[in-house]
Amino acid sequence: MNAQIAAILAIDGIASGAIYVLIAIGFVLIFAVTRIIFVPFGDITAFTALTLASLENKQMPGTVGMVAVLAVMATLMEVFSLWRKGALGKIPAALFFYLALPLIPAAIAWATAGTLLPTPLRLLLTVAVILPIAPLLNRIVYQPIADATVLLLLIVSVALHFAMSGLGLLFFGPEGVRTQSLVDFTTFIAGTPVSGQAMLILGSAIFFSFLLYLFFNFTLYGKALHATAINRTGARLMGIRPQQACTIAFLLGSVLAAVSGILIAPVNTIFYDSGFLIGLKSFVGAIIGGMVSFPVTAIGSMFVGILEGFAAFLSSPFKDVIVFSILIPVLLWRSYTLVHAEEEDEE
Amino acid sequence: MSRQITIAIGAVALLALLGAPLYLAPFSITLLNYIGVYSLVALGLVLLTGNAGMVSFGQASFMGVAAYATAWTSSVMGFSPWLGLILALVATGLIAAILGAVTLRLGGHFLSLSTIAWGLAIYFSFGNIPGLGAFDGLSSLPPISIGGIALVDSGQIFYMIWGTLLLTMLAIHNLLDSRVGRALRALRGGNTLVESLGVNALQIRLVTFVIAALCAALSGWLYAHMGRFVSPTPFDVTMSIIFLMMAMIGGSGYLLGAVLGAAIIILLKNGIQDVLPKIAPGSSGQLEVVVFASLFILFLQRARNGIVPFIAQWIPEPRRERPPQAELLPRQPQPAKETALMQVDAVTRRFGGLIAVNDVSFDVRAGEILALIGPNGAGKTTMFNVITGALRPSAGRITFAGKDITGANAAKIAAAGIARTFQHVKLRPKMTLIDNVLLGTYGRTKAGFIRSALRLDRAEEARARHEAMRQLERVGLGDRPYELAGNLPLGNQRVLEIARALAADPVLLVLDEPAAGLRRQEKLALAELLRTLRAEGLTILLVEHDMDFVMGLVDRIVVMEFGCKLCEGEPAKVRADARVQEAYLGGVA
Repeated sequence: MNAQIAAILAIDGIASGAIYVLIAIGFVLIFAVTRIIFVPFGDITAFTALTLASLENKQMPGTVGMVAVLAVMATLMEVFSLWRKGALGKIPAALFFYLALPLIPAAIAWATAGTLLPTPLRLLLTVAVILPIAPLLNRIVYQPIADATVLLLLIVSVALHFAMSGLGLLFFGPEGVRTQSLVDFTTFIAGTPVSGQAMLILGSAIFFSFLLYLFFNFTLYGKALHATAINRTGARLMGIRPQQACTIAFLLGSVLAAVSGILIAPVNTIFYDSGFLIGLKSFVGAIIGGMVSFPVTAIGSMFVGILEGFAAFLSSPFKDVIVFSILIPVLLWRSYTLVHAEEEDEE
Repeated sequence: MSRQITIAIGAVALLALLGAPLYLAPFSITLLNYIGVYSLVALGLVLLTGNAGMVSFGQASFMGVAAYATAWTSSVMGFSPWLGLILALVATGLIAAILGAVTLRLGGHFLSLSTIAWGLAIYFSFGNIPGLGAFDGLSSLPPISIGGIALVDSGQIFYMIWGTLLLTMLAIHNLLDSRVGRALRALRGGNTLVESLGVNALQIRLVTFVIAALCAALSGWLYAHMGRFVSPTPFDVTMSIIFLMMAMIGGSGYLLGAVLGAAIIILLKNGIQDVLPKIAPGSSGQLEVVVFASLFILFLQRARNGIVPFIAQWIPEPRRERPPQAELLPRQPQPAKETALMQVDAVTRRFGGLIAVNDVSFDVRAGEILALIGPNGAGKTTMFNVITGALRPSAGRITFAGKDITGANAAKIAAAGIARTFQHVKLRPKMTLIDNVLLGTYGRTKAGFIRSALRLDRAEEARARHEAMRQLERVGLGDRPYELAGNLPLGNQRVLEIARALAADPVLLVLDEPAAGLRRQEKLALAELLRTLRAEGLTILLVEHDMDFVMGLVDRIVVMEFGCKLCEGEPAKVRADARVQEAYLGGVA
């Protein structure tokens, strides 16, 4: 391996690392607010790529059917629980939030199938179709067990991932997709070719991380979310509704997942089940950050991306094995540095 | 009567099982074989998840390591499957030990997350190593043979599988009902309590993790020689979550739940495979996953406890005998009265800029009751935590019975002869009174995992039970030893904690606000108990708020305020001290 190859690998690694950064930050965000380790997060990234590809091919994306099914389920659950509580007056609002709102972008995607939308609209529509999935899953799957332990929520998440990837195969089919490049130029930095896509990915990662930083530090909602993450009961006493905070966290996370899906779609061939591995590699980054620190998570995810780039060069079939092996020293280091509060969960 | 019925039902079930190959079709026997093999993995999870509270998504990959180890030994290298078994157990045990040592120190979800990643890494390794047949796998494994008889037929290996399963169940049953088993069950509620009893929580967790992996290894070995073919597919993460599903649906705390869960899932899978192609031809494979995952989520939302506890509520409680008399456990020599037992020398503890305990010194003399009192925020609890090893002092020295115990961890301090209770009662509510007290005898007994599993611990266990019963009677809770600790009122829970501390045969008993939340009658009874204990030569240090309780009971008092020692002396002298009155009443009128 000479310096030239190393530089190319490093740039590749930074590009995929930037994608892991986005997803890992989403993981940490959702975990901090909801205590849910949202394993199906990677699936949402993959579904975004698949949706974008369908729109490019002037087909109706499978996401439309998926969102419709989830929206109907969530609405039925919400209406039923409101009816049992006798809060009939709240049903119209529930119908709006759980049924109408998620279905509007899906309906647009359905109506415009067959016409090729201009690129910005296409991207916007993709994000809009994807956004409701995670909050709807939150309503259907997690809200009934919001008080459960982290471990139980994790088991549910893993089961949910398998359900989602099964649904993914049903709605999207087994074919892999790769979309058109969003930008099409290559520059040379110190003699090394850098693709425009790689720069776009890195730029987006920095931009969205910065946006999130602004949100958490300078908006009331951001502070409410931060407060919920630190102390749920305390936040509730201050009039912050935890359920609402959860929904916002899932929405924000979905934005990150959708952006990463759009960015990765022109670079890698994405299948219905590609999300799991992408998600798990981001997890390694999140674990490096101890599931709490955003900056360390970002650095960790970048590291995972670069490691993967070099591992792929050394031994392509074992690149995933190498990436996951890095967990051993990381966890060993973490087990001595992470201050963890005693978790006293009396059954 | 109910005991005889239970035995009769068990015997009939066993006979029905043993005779199964005689009256069941080969297809049903094959199903039973799968149930047996998968039950073994689920059994490991019952121990790991249901009892010790750890979740692993890597059991299928442990099974895979074992299956590939034996496949390589017997099919590639041509050795006996029995050598394959040894290699399978060693390889799986080693991998589990390394993974466990690295992850168990961290919180529960780190272990679980890394098992997902590791499960995948191991799975990819199988699929990419040409020597192991890559994704095509290894075929034509030899059958297991016992005494020259090759177990080729499904009716033959049936006995091997179910025999292994029943023996493993017996061993784990024994294990759970023993010294280490109780420690393992107590781990679920957190480390603070178990470490204060002298248990090395990390070690217990690690061994439990390895045992669960070894169960999966046994299963993998049987699986490989049952189908006589291995490939990566059956050992991926999907299968791991199905094992977890088996253990939890059966009732993850119960051994029988593993078998029941495995049976239900396998029969359900079979049923679904018949039905789905009729509903959705062409896409039944992926629908199956969706159906299973959705069912599991629904189960976790609605009926987390599983089936066995649901059935068990209809079965009458078996009557349990009181533990019989036995020889007493060996006791520590109590130190001579009036000698200084513990010396706290200039201890300081800072939290950042806050000095919670500032240069405090005092002695505890053997055979006395010493109270540490002070207004809220005086630093009593911090002092208490420093003494019991929950916090390290920033400066100063603590010696106990001549040994320096400054900054020693909770387990070491327990071993030195200090037993404690907690301000917020820490019991295991789902364990019986006697089991809770037996936890206290942990440091005085020795039986390890192997001796417990083989039931070689019974003599020692009988002595420990007798001791626990004696302490229960001593504190006045001897009439219902098999009641669940969670059913007691608070006052009795505090007393139960004292019984547990006494079962450790301490030299010094340290009580954190023992009278908090007690009614007047209960306080009087508690004071009487403490007096009796003093008369028997025990030294007691208590941290207390309740002045009435303290004044009539203790020999000496140490008063703290704002982290410093204000004064010390006999109750009457302390009561008369102007500084103490000012601290409590805000100035003398």
